[in-house]
Order: sequence, then C-alpha cells, then structure tokens
Amino acid sequence: MAKLTSQAIIIKGLWTDNPVFRQILGICSALAVTNLMVNTLIMGLSLIFVTALSNVTVSILRNITPTRIRMMVQTLIIASYVIIVDILLKAYLPDISEALGAYVGLIITNCIIMGRCEAFARQNSVWPSFVDGIASGVGYALVLLAVAFFRETAGFGSVFGLPVIPSEWTRWTIMVMPPGAFFMLGVIIWVVRSIGDKELKKDETTS
Amino acid sequence: MEVGLSAFVIFFAAIFTNNILLTNFLGMCSFLAISREVNSSLGLGLAVIFVMTWTSALNYLVYYYLLVPSNLTQFRYIAFIIVIAAFVQLVEMIIERYSPVLYVVLGVFLPLITVNCAILGVCLFMIIRDYNFLSSIAYGAGGGIGWTLAIVAMGGIRQKLANAKIPKPLEGPGITLIIAGLMALAFMGFSGMIQIQ
Repeated sequence: MAKLTSQAIIIKGLWTDNPVFRQILGICSALAVTNLMVNTLIMGLSLIFVTALSNVTVSILRNITPTRIRMMVQTLIIASYVIIVDILLKAYLPDISEALGAYVGLIITNCIIMGRCEAFARQNSVWPSFVDGIASGVGYALVLLAVAFFRETAGFGSVFGLPVIPSEWTRWTIMVMPPGAFFMLGVIIWVVRSIGDKELKKDETTS
Repeated sequence: MEVGLSAFVIFFAAIFTNNILLTNFLGMCSFLAISREVNSSLGLGLAVIFVMTWTSALNYLVYYYLLVPSNLTQFRYIAFIIVIAAFVQLVEMIIERYSPVLYVVLGVFLPLITVNCAILGVCLFMIIRDYNFLSSIAYGAGGGIGWTLAIVAMGGIRQKLANAKIPKPLEGPGITLIIAGLMALAFMGFSGMIQIQ
C-alpha cells in the first residue's frame, strides 16, 4: 500500500470512505443510540477511543501476530478497550452508561473497528494507524450526530436536551422510535450518495 | 408454572414486540448485506437461530457459574466473545464432518455469525434484564426466529424491488433501510399484545 499522508487519511475517514454511508458498516449502534444527542456524543467518543487505540495496538503487534489467529487477537484487543470504556462510563457517567446499556458492549462487534484493524492497521505503522482510527471514528460520530440531531429535534423538540422548538409544534414521536431511525439513516444515505455521485461525474469529465 | 409462563411470554415478545432487528437494531450489517434474496436469507437465519439459542444457554452458564462466583463480571465481554467464537468454530467443524448437506446450506454463513452483533447483543441483554436460565434460552430462540422472520421478509421484498425503478443513489442500503423502517412500523402494531422491558 502506498504511503498516505495524515491529511489524506483524515479526508478518507471523514468523507470519501466514511464508514457509515460509504461502507455501510457499524449500522447497529448507529441506529440504537441516536434518539438523544448526549447519548450519541458519548457513544461517538467511546468509539473514537476504542478505534484509535485498538488500531495502535494491532499495528504495534502486526509483525508478531500469527496470521491464522489474527482475528481472535484483534477481537480480544478490541474487547479489552471496550471494557475500559465500560468501567469509565460506569464510574463517571452512570446515567448515560445506564441509557446505553448493552450497546457499549456491542462496540466490540461494531464492524468498523474490526474493519479498520484488518484493512489498515495490519499493514501500516503506528502513527498512520492512530490517525486512521481517529478519522474513521470521527467520521462515524459525525454521521451519528447528524442522525441524532434530526431525530431529537423532530421527536423531542430539543438539541442536547435544550428546547429549541416551541411546544406548539406537534412532536413527531415516531422519530425517536425505531422506525424513525431507519427512515432518517436511509434518507441521509440517499442525500450523501446523490452528492457523491455528482462529484464522481465531475471527476470523470475533468480527468 | 409462573417461570414457564414468563419464558413463553419472553419467547413471543422476542419474536414480535421486541424484535431484535427492528427494535434493537442488532445484526444490521449482515441484514443489509445478505438480504438480497430469500434463499440465502433463510440459510443465514437458520444459522443464527441455532447459534443464538445455544450460545445464550452456554453464556448463561459461563456468566452465573464461572464469572459471578469468581467476581470477574467485568470481563464478560471477553468471555462471551470467546464462547461465541469457539462455539461457531466447533459447529462448523462438526457439521463439515458429519453433515455435508447442512454444511452446504449453513457453512458459508457460520463464520459471519461470530461478528454478528445480534448474538452478542442477546447474551448481553439477557444478563442486563436478569433472565433466568429458561427465559434466557427462550429469549435466544425467540430472538433468532424474530431475526430470521425479518430478514426473510426483507429478502422477499428486495427480490420484487429488483424490478422497481428506484433513484440511483437510493439503491441498495438506502432503500433497504427505508423498507426496514416500514417493517418496524408494522411490527410496532404488535406492541399492544405483550410487553417486556
């Protein structure tokens, strides 16, 4: 793989290869926690932490990990960091830890982290892996926040718990229930892909 | 009597009112990737039912007889993942050896299942909700059947959709998510029947 600059890696993680709407990875937790922005933010930060550090660890161990058992090793590395996150959340943010419930543990099976370890950290040195982990994590967190923003404003009329829409406005309760999550993410993927397709066409005509 | 009843209620709730895919969003990755046609959806669904039922039972035993007595409950994520991975590997070897027919049907799907969040999700939910042994198995089996129901229905819809005119950027994941939303709406109609937390 050609050497990538940090800047290129960040752009890839945030936009061109954004884990959610380009690669359709990690949708599970993307939908479950996005009814409130606070929960989403904490989930996003936890995911950035786990992705970045497991990328670093996988990258450090990349030359001494036997290929045949690498999946198992990666899973255990990820699981260890998730346990750290879980303990930290329980200690400092018990309310949010309660609200997120099993979904903190489910970061382990979030395909984004495994995907980045497998596709990037295994072949690259420590620093680029760290940047890649951060970039993918931030790209993921931003999409989650976008989904959560629309769901919370439409469903509860608030942003981060602060009311922004007057109470005369009828709440779209459906938006904070499961179907709302599906619709919102579907629409966001639609919008983003329409923009992306135009960019692709432009590239083709100029080159 | 009461224990048996609650397990029965949990079984049905896991299929309809608390469908693991449509209300808890677990197993979305493979759901979006595999649900293109009915046959492969069914294959993956069967594998999920099988693995989910067994791993919920195994993980229940591991959690309450191994981790709780030795005060290691913080390490449940690692323990559960290892149990699931080991179980899937074992099943794969056994059916490859003894039942080539079943291996052809389920074989390709088994490795996918280790990273299927639905399996780990079921195990974590059963711990969080304090189910007893019977209820946990019922929840595992019901969760698997509910997941299969959703993915097979989606496979059927997507086969028809192949002939529909969909805006280009909405094709694939976009339209699948919107249909999943409609299915979740339909499943919400069941929610008056029974409620579990």
